[in-house]
Amino acid sequence: MIALAALSVVLAAALAARSGLRLRGPHAGPRRILVPFTGGTLDPTVLDAAIRLAHAENATLVPAYLLLVPLRYAEDSPLREEVAVALPLLEAVEHAALRAGVPVDARVEKGRTPTHALERLWDEEHFDRILAPAPNGRGGGFTAKDVSWILAHAPSETIVLKPDPNGAQQAA
Amino acid sequence: MAAGVGKTYRMLLEGRQAQEEGKDVVIGYLEPHDRPETTALAAGLEVVPRLRAQHGALELGEMDLDAVIRRAPELALIDELAHTNAPGMRNEKRWQDIDEVLDAGIDVISTVNVQHLESLNDAIFELTEVRVRETFPDGILDEADEVVLVDLSPEELQARLRAGKVYPKERAGVALDNFFRADKLGALRELALREVAEDVEARRARRPLEPLSQHAVTERVLALVEPQPKSQRILRRAWRSAQRFGTDMDALWVRPSGRSPTEEEATQLAALRRLAVILGIHFLEEEGDDLVATVRRVAEQRGSTYVFVGTPDESRRREIFGGSLLSRMVRELPGIDIRVIANRADRDRLAKE
Repeated sequence: MIALAALSVVLAAALAARSGLRLRGPHAGPRRILVPFTGGTLDPTVLDAAIRLAHAENATLVPAYLLLVPLRYAEDSPLREEVAVALPLLEAVEHAALRAGVPVDARVEKGRTPTHALERLWDEEHFDRILAPAPNGRGGGFTAKDVSWILAHAPSETIVLKPDPNGAQQAA
Repeated sequence: MAAGVGKTYRMLLEGRQAQEEGKDVVIGYLEPHDRPETTALAAGLEVVPRLRAQHGALELGEMDLDAVIRRAPELALIDELAHTNAPGMRNEKRWQDIDEVLDAGIDVISTVNVQHLESLNDAIFELTEVRVRETFPDGILDEADEVVLVDLSPEELQARLRAGKVYPKERAGVALDNFFRADKLGALRELALREVAEDVEARRARRPLEPLSQHAVTERVLALVEPQPKSQRILRRAWRSAQRFGTDMDALWVRPSGRSPTEEEATQLAALRRLAVILGIHFLEEEGDDLVATVRRVAEQRGSTYVFVGTPDESRRREIFGGSLLSRMVRELPGIDIRVIANRADRDRLAKE
């Protein structure tokens, strides 16, 4: 019986390794709130709301810039020019959160589309909550289709935040 | 770049300067093109008489290769490297003559237009619709100790042409309508600039500088990371500096001996590795209990000149009794700049207090 149990564990681990799945237990650390954004923009009202929520829940804010890899490049190509746009924005978001006393664990993730990058990220890491900015009507962020996809596929509780319709400034 | 930009003039200037510095200089071959400025600059420099070669009814003046070698100066000025010699000469091409002069231990300064470079022949044809017959192998350029670009804007060259400084005035109109059109000259200029830039780059790669000079011009960034959220910031800031230096960058995690990362640390490390891939950073993982000694070893191996670290999380007590980590790094990494990446939000916090 003991031998059988041991065999089951080994088999499960081997299957997980072969299929690329990760065996992940319950997350033991502080709560993590993911705020994904893309297209060189994050609405300040969305950022404010995310910081307030992280503060209230004693959670770590994970702002994640989703980089798009054009089809003409291999997926693992370094994306220096795109990153040069993303990093200052990510830095500004991180700065705003830290200034408000909220711990930050920023990420840059890449994919062929924003949802592809997002899926990669939540396949790798655990998030207790996801705050997705709704389409802002000015282009550059998630589309309505992206948001529908996020709501249908997100592995955690998801909130879609509608940006301030009068706000036109970027967070950075 | 093209005829008329001042190559021969520049060659003569270099020759005169070498003569003033006490070098034995002769003109092996000069094509003055009846340009008075060029003829004036050549005055005072010894000229090896030309060899007269009969080609049908034409009498051609070629470089007297044997006479130049017999004269054995320290430096020979030999114009028009891509020139084709008259039939009956020992070598078909002047660059072959120059090879012999160099083999005789004589330094040579020569001139050539970019369109004569063999590898550019097709590109030149596409740009100018002129098929250049006199070409020379690219290897000649590679073997030169120095390549100097004589650059002139298309407008200036056209002005020289109109003023009769390149060809007699009556030929200027035809030339301006054909080879010397601004668009063609612009394309030739771009080709010449690119060729010289590539040559400089190839020389840097081929002939390493003295170790001391190498250190002065080459930077390499090393960012020390830990499986912690703040390391994302260290990596990003270090990368931005590396971009400004135009240099490569490594990231290093020194893993304590015999200890596996926790699940949280493994997640952080995976995220750091993903960011390193996106930014094109080499991620290194080394085992060691002495952080500074490991950094020193890696910095030596990678040729690092800058080390980026986060603000150390040391207690005051440990700093007093164990010594500050940063002080040790400054002491034990001589010649390496150390930059501490701060949390910018702390600046705002300080301002509020």
